[in-house]
This record gives sequence, C-alpha cells and structure tokens, in this order.
Amino acid sequence: MALQLKKLTYTKTFRILRSNLWKDHPVACGVLGMCLTLGVSNKVANAIAIGIGFTFVLVVTAATISALRNLIPKRARVIIYMIIISSFVIIVDRVLKAFFPALSEALGPYIGLIITSCILMGRLEEFSMKNNVWYSMLDALSSGLAFGYTLFLLSVIREFLGFGTILDVKVTPTGWTNWVVIGMAPGAFFVLSIYLWITRTLAKVDPMKTGQLHG
Amino acid sequence: MGEMITILLAAIFTHNIALTYLLGWCPIISLSRSLKTSFGMGICVMIVMTLTAVVNWPIYYLILVPAKAEFFSYVVFTITIAATVQLLEMFLEKFFPSLQTLFGVFLPLIAANSIVLVIALFMVLRNYSYAKTIFFAFGSAAGWTLAIVTVSAIRAKLVLISDVPNGLKGGGITLVTAGVMALAFLGFAGMLGIQ
Repeated sequence: MALQLKKLTYTKTFRILRSNLWKDHPVACGVLGMCLTLGVSNKVANAIAIGIGFTFVLVVTAATISALRNLIPKRARVIIYMIIISSFVIIVDRVLKAFFPALSEALGPYIGLIITSCILMGRLEEFSMKNNVWYSMLDALSSGLAFGYTLFLLSVIREFLGFGTILDVKVTPTGWTNWVVIGMAPGAFFVLSIYLWITRTLAKVDPMKTGQLHG
Repeated sequence: MGEMITILLAAIFTHNIALTYLLGWCPIISLSRSLKTSFGMGICVMIVMTLTAVVNWPIYYLILVPAKAEFFSYVVFTITIAATVQLLEMFLEKFFPSLQTLFGVFLPLIAANSIVLVIALFMVLRNYSYAKTIFFAFGSAAGWTLAIVTVSAIRAKLVLISDVPNGLKGGGITLVTAGVMALAFLGFAGMLGIQ
C-alpha cells in the first residue's frame, strides 16, 4: 500500500497537480495575474465569479490550443492565443450578463481583463503547446483552481475586514468598525503581500529564481 | 476644453490606472528593477495606448455599433491592439532603427498588457466621446508611467538600505511599496471627478 502510494507520487498527473497547486503556485511563486488578483479580491461574490470564469476559459483554451498545437505557426502564436481566449471570454461575459446582471455590473471591465491575464499566456506557452490534450486540460484545471482558491482566500479576508460582511451577509458583531482601507486599493496590496510572505515561507521558494521572467 | 483637461488630470492623479484601478502590475513588478528600463517601457506604453485609442473608437462606433455586434468587441479590440503594436514595430524597424534597438524589447510585452485593453473597455462603459477617449488614454498612460518610475526609484533605494525578509524579497516588497504609494494617492481622492 505504502509502496503504491509512493509510486503514485512519481506519475506525471501527480507532478502537475503538486507543482500548480502548491510548489509553483502561479500567484504566490510566479507573481502572475496581478490585475485580476488585486482588482477583484474586494468582494467574495466577485472572486467566485472570476475564479469560475477564469478556470473555464483556461481549460477550454488549453484544450483547443493543445489540439491545434501542430498546426499553429510559431510566429503568429501569441495573436492566435489571444483570439481564442477572447472568443471564450465573450461566452463568460454573455452568461454573466444574462443570469447575474448585478454581478456583471459590479465587475465592470475586469471580465474582459481575463484575456490579458499572464497566467493564461504562461500556461498556454509553457505547457499546452508541448503536451497532449488530456495533460493540458489537467494542467489548466489545476492552475485555474490554484488561482481561484487564492482569490477566494484573499476576498474572504478583505470583505470581512473591509466591509464586515461575507457574501453581503453581515457577520461582524455590533460595535465593529470596518477597516475601510482594506476594502480599497491599498488594502489589496497589503493583504496580497502578507499572503505572498506566508506562502513563500511555507513553500520555501527561492526569491531569486521566481517572479522575474514574465511580462 | 476644460473638460478634457479635467479628464487628463483625473486619469493621472485621482483615478490613476495602476494605483486606483490596480491594473498593469505584472510589468511593474517584473520591470521595475532599473529606472532606465521602466522609463523606456513608460514611453512605449504612452505611444501605444494613445494610438490604439485613436484606432479603437472609430472601429467600435462606426463599424460594431451600426452592425449591432457590440458583444464581439473583445475579439476586435484584441486584434486591433496586436496589429497596432506589430505595425509600430515594423515602422520603427524601417525608419528609426536606433529607436527600435531601444524600445524593441518592450513592444511585444505591451500587446498582452491589460492597461491597453482596459482603455477600450472603459471607453465603452462610460460612453466617452472621441476627444475624451484620447485624453483619457494619454492621461492613463502618463499615470501608469508615473507609477512604474516611482516604484523603480523606490526599489533602487530599497536595495541599498533595507534588510528584507526572505519571503518578501522580489515581488512581495514591491507590493508593500505599491500599497504605501496607493495610500499616498488616496490623498488626491475627491479632488477631481471623472465620467
């Protein structure tokens, strides 16, 4: 039994999951996808919507790109990624507008910004262009979930401290004073940097190796 | 004209795209290690953002709106931005090779930069006129340049005098710096309105 478990840790599936969900976490270790992480982590509802939308877009584009990887000309690949990504973002935008109009209003331009997220570009360029459809989808799903849980965690902290609510339900006792700054722009930076500090210390990330080689 | 100046100043100070809307932080974190690089990137962003705003407004209001294809705007904006960047790169290569060697590295990065796309999205959400869009785009780019240059100047000082804990090195301490700057920019809030 123990031997079988040990064998399991050497499979490609396990390595992909461990690397994306913890060891090479896209936000904590790569410092990627900052716009969305900072911009929508103020309310839990926004974070859940973007987390699910982002994961959906990432999984379907990774599958598409991976299936077409031998047909895409090398020189034009970035523009092809962007066109495919933006087509799927339109679907997310339409669904949100039709079923959750208030949420769509609150998110404003941030739904469109899924297109320019560097996590997406990074995963497509590094993984989907080189691997088959099954592993690309697994990689995309785990990266999306990693991004989603980080966003959820940050938004719970920020909405609780900044607005005294979680999912717009009041959870703080009477007499609690909201830390308004945490709900505004400076709070996003402070909460995220504390999160980076804790996860990087726990995961023992080498600061000299990560978070410097992207655009 | 007064309205245009208000939009320009509001986009730089009170509604700074980096410090109020929290956009465009990936390049700031990765490129702000040297002052020269960040200044070059800032200049490039100003040129590209103004140019794409000039191109995107007519495309949206003269082609997409009459054709009732507004939902298609994400794809169209993405293509215009990528095409503009590509054209600018070819133009520089052909006519100003010396500038190409200076700025050529930044141009491909800008095509995937969120702040260029968000100008087009804000332009639609807020119903800006053509002139307002251009002033807003230029002001936002100038505000972003202000942010990246200030962050890199602070980082250059930080390297010399501070003892940063291991987990915060690199991205972490840049975010703390940015947080303090955003607090400072809160001081401008309420001085100018935008819409």
